[in-house]
Amino acid sequence: MNDKLKTLTKGIIDVSPLMIPVVPFGIIYGVIGMDLGIGPYMTLGLSIIIFGGASQIVLLQLFSGGASSLIILSSVGAVNARHVLYGAVLSEYLSGLKLFWKIILSYVMTDQAFAVSNNYFKKDNKDNNQHYHLLGSGFTCWTIWQISTILGIVLGSVVPEELGLSFTISLTFLALLIGDFRKFKNIIVMFVSGVVATIGYNTIPFKAYIIVAALTALIVATLLTLMDLKKK
Amino acid sequence: MYWSLIIYAGIITFVTRFSMIFLLKKDILSDKAKKILSFVPAAIFPAIIFPPIFLDDNGTVDLENNPKILAATFAIIIGYLSKNIIVTIFAGLISYWFLIFFYF
Repeated sequence: MNDKLKTLTKGIIDVSPLMIPVVPFGIIYGVIGMDLGIGPYMTLGLSIIIFGGASQIVLLQLFSGGASSLIILSSVGAVNARHVLYGAVLSEYLSGLKLFWKIILSYVMTDQAFAVSNNYFKKDNKDNNQHYHLLGSGFTCWTIWQISTILGIVLGSVVPEELGLSFTISLTFLALLIGDFRKFKNIIVMFVSGVVATIGYNTIPFKAYIIVAALTALIVATLLTLMDLKKK
Repeated sequence: MYWSLIIYAGIITFVTRFSMIFLLKKDILSDKAKKILSFVPAAIFPAIIFPPIFLDDNGTVDLENNPKILAATFAIIIGYLSKNIIVTIFAGLISYWFLIFFYF
């Protein structure tokens, strides 16, 4: 097997276990899209054009709540802020690549692909075709996400509303945070964000509660970080 | 829903992923900045999670007649113990179904 293909395959294999929770998330997204009545083409269109579960859900949630385009788009930007961090970390390994590669790899960079490929880059610095690992992990995510979206679209017309599947949005995001449950500072940040959003849902104008809550919580996170650095 | 909105949201998502890979030559974010950015998921996801759980259809806080709070609490406990994403989601969903069908 040639080296590029080997690295690509390694990316696919490494990311595969992380695809298990992505499948139900994608199905739920598809069901919700159909539930909100945006139709099969737009539901799948979001998955292809945006390709980010959290962004897509936030867009649907705010759109169905009647938020303006400006608020929807800035909330999507806020949800994606973590990708700036991923990019900053990966730039060390990818800065030498051609623009075309940077565009492709940016498009497929998800939480899961970042997690496994960053580990691979850290371990194996000699491989000249490192980026094929991210290509493999990223496109595996992409393929699984599109397939599970389509499954959700098909199931969307069958699943009864009484099952309360919209609750699974909250559960899915909650499950993405389980790594933070054991860190006391993160719990404080989560609590601040949640309380501000709940109180602000009706009191903050233009449905800007997600942005306001996230910024407030980030200010708290900054203070906690600075306090921690001072102690040391 | 409009296609233009979807396309703008797609561009924003792409730009956040692309910006640093494109701009940075080497890793120039300070450790402090990275530490703060690592809080981003904890700062943003609860803002999406909390309101649909605690607010009823009229947008008022409902603490008493609310199976979602109980189911979410159960999911948090299971998540804490299992550290497993899929187990956490199903623990919350199954306890929620149990509550709405048998109790509430």
